[in-house]
Amino acid sequence: MEQDIRLMKGNEAMAEAAIQAGIDAYFGYPITPQSEVPEYLSREMPSRGGVFLQAESEVASINMVYGAAGAGARVMTSSSSPGFSLMQEGVSYIACAQLPCLLVNVNRGGPGLGTIQPSQGDYFQATKGGGHGDYKLIVLAPSSVQEMADFVFLGFELAEKYRTPVLMLSDGAIGQMMEKVVFNHKPLPKTDKPWATTGKREGKHRSIITSLFIQPEVMEKVNIELNKKYAEITKNEVRLEEIQTEDAEYIIVAYGLSARISHKTVDLARAKGIKAGLVRPITLYPYPYDRIGELANKAKKMMTMELNAGQMMEDVRLAVNGKIPVGHYGRLGGIIPSPEEVLENFEKFIKE
Amino acid sequence: MSEEKEKIVEAPGCLTAEPDLEGYELVYEKPHTFTDVPMHYCPGCGHSTAHKILGEVIQELGIQNNIIGVAPVGCSVFAYDYLDIDWQEAAHGRATAVATGIKRIRPENYVFTYQGDGDLAAIGTAETIHCINRGENVTIIFINNGVYGMTSGQMAPTSLAGMKTTTSPYGRDIKTMGSPIKVSELIANLPGAFYVTRQAVHTANYVRKAKKAIMNGLRYQKLGLGTSFIEIVSNCPSNWKMTPLQTIDFINNEMLHYYPLGDVKLPSKEALDALAEIEKGEKK
Repeated sequence: MEQDIRLMKGNEAMAEAAIQAGIDAYFGYPITPQSEVPEYLSREMPSRGGVFLQAESEVASINMVYGAAGAGARVMTSSSSPGFSLMQEGVSYIACAQLPCLLVNVNRGGPGLGTIQPSQGDYFQATKGGGHGDYKLIVLAPSSVQEMADFVFLGFELAEKYRTPVLMLSDGAIGQMMEKVVFNHKPLPKTDKPWATTGKREGKHRSIITSLFIQPEVMEKVNIELNKKYAEITKNEVRLEEIQTEDAEYIIVAYGLSARISHKTVDLARAKGIKAGLVRPITLYPYPYDRIGELANKAKKMMTMELNAGQMMEDVRLAVNGKIPVGHYGRLGGIIPSPEEVLENFEKFIKE
Repeated sequence: MSEEKEKIVEAPGCLTAEPDLEGYELVYEKPHTFTDVPMHYCPGCGHSTAHKILGEVIQELGIQNNIIGVAPVGCSVFAYDYLDIDWQEAAHGRATAVATGIKRIRPENYVFTYQGDGDLAAIGTAETIHCINRGENVTIIFINNGVYGMTSGQMAPTSLAGMKTTTSPYGRDIKTMGSPIKVSELIANLPGAFYVTRQAVHTANYVRKAKKAIMNGLRYQKLGLGTSFIEIVSNCPSNWKMTPLQTIDFINNEMLHYYPLGDVKLPSKEALDALAEIEKGEKK
């Protein structure tokens, strides 16, 4: 069979994958650098099926997602940092009401209105809550255009398996750059959603989608249930990639775009005789604490490379638990360092 | 019967025994679309009346199994406890966005929101206007009592000029706090608004009219020609610091002067003819 290979932007590949994954609806609002997503879907969905709606704001988008997901739809939205901040209230409601859906944040530089260039400054927001209350999102971090497509399928699969929102945390570079992408995904079967509001049919217990549990005893139970689910997710769904870690003395931990840059840095370091390796967390939640902790038994030092001020470094430190020094190198505000620049700073860190 | 008598209604913090009805003639009962949960509304509050006529309409239209409600944040946040239908509970102000999401996915269902003035006309203004501007095929029931009830009596966007609330203790000064918003008149200008009416529920006659308006608002979803908007000017004895009877005077003497009752926008004759055709087909 001939393969479906295309040259596409990450945002477009993600949008195409969404249609192929059988989304029933997309609700979104334009923001750079992810506007290709609503543009692509507004062009394609009228002839290929599904609801496309440009909402009046990200606030409205996320609440439309709530309504549609609660009505049993396979539904997604996408945005970029400031817009994704606006969605946080709705994300909290969706997490509590246990509605499966796919959210995408094509991270740009912040804080504030910031810049439209790539950044990883939303790591904390994505992995530590973002909205109010005790909840978690499954967070997938693609580092290629291919993965932006693949993780749409994986995202919906996990969302529907665990009845939980899944976030794809990409960035302005992965979203904007063009690469080869292969579409060979198995179709996603429709899952049974007996809890959805579809009208109270004969013999069917009525469905109520809510995140309101005014009695503290009930609210605590809901929280405990959610945390059981997160424990299950943590047990089953940790994903990471390792490059040359077997004999590595010095390990870079990086995700997304930073992992691609750091991969080259590791190659350059190896050429200079440094036993370097790379750990690329693919799920930022659940985080690969155990594996990184294990690697810290052999490695001498670890450094995160992030397009932020060292947010993920805190998780690496938790994983390493004081066994070896953990450092950070990163650029801020939308600047992307070269592999050579990272190597220079990696070597400095090694010598410290 | 004795078994019936001992049937205890499950409700948080509230136990109610079924009354012994032997020897009595049944002249009135609550709609079958209601659950047995006792309402939390204060005595004399218009919400319970509005709920009741909504429940009656759903029963009379025979759409209990085909309707999805969206509850707001505010006094009617627990609406889903009382009406035995499928519901979604929305974030504050976002009911019309949630309803949009539901209706776009399930156009075959009747979808409505039930919202108060703070929810619909303050924090949810953008969602309200854009839902109606898109002409979403949903019904919006808007309870306007000029005050934030659930949070105990703060100023609402619809509080009358001079009205004393806990956040306008010297009275609403329109120079610094803005004027009360006449939502029905505002949104009737939008082409997506199909039917806009302002009703009340504090007298029997008004209740009958309001019920008819809600019924029409839901029936119009069969046409798919836009949004139906039913404003109900209501009361709040607890936060107006009045007896229920005094609130009736206040509605008549103050509220209805600023918020006149009646239809603000009506469907065309052609649309109503089309509806009659559809409903003729349904009967067959």
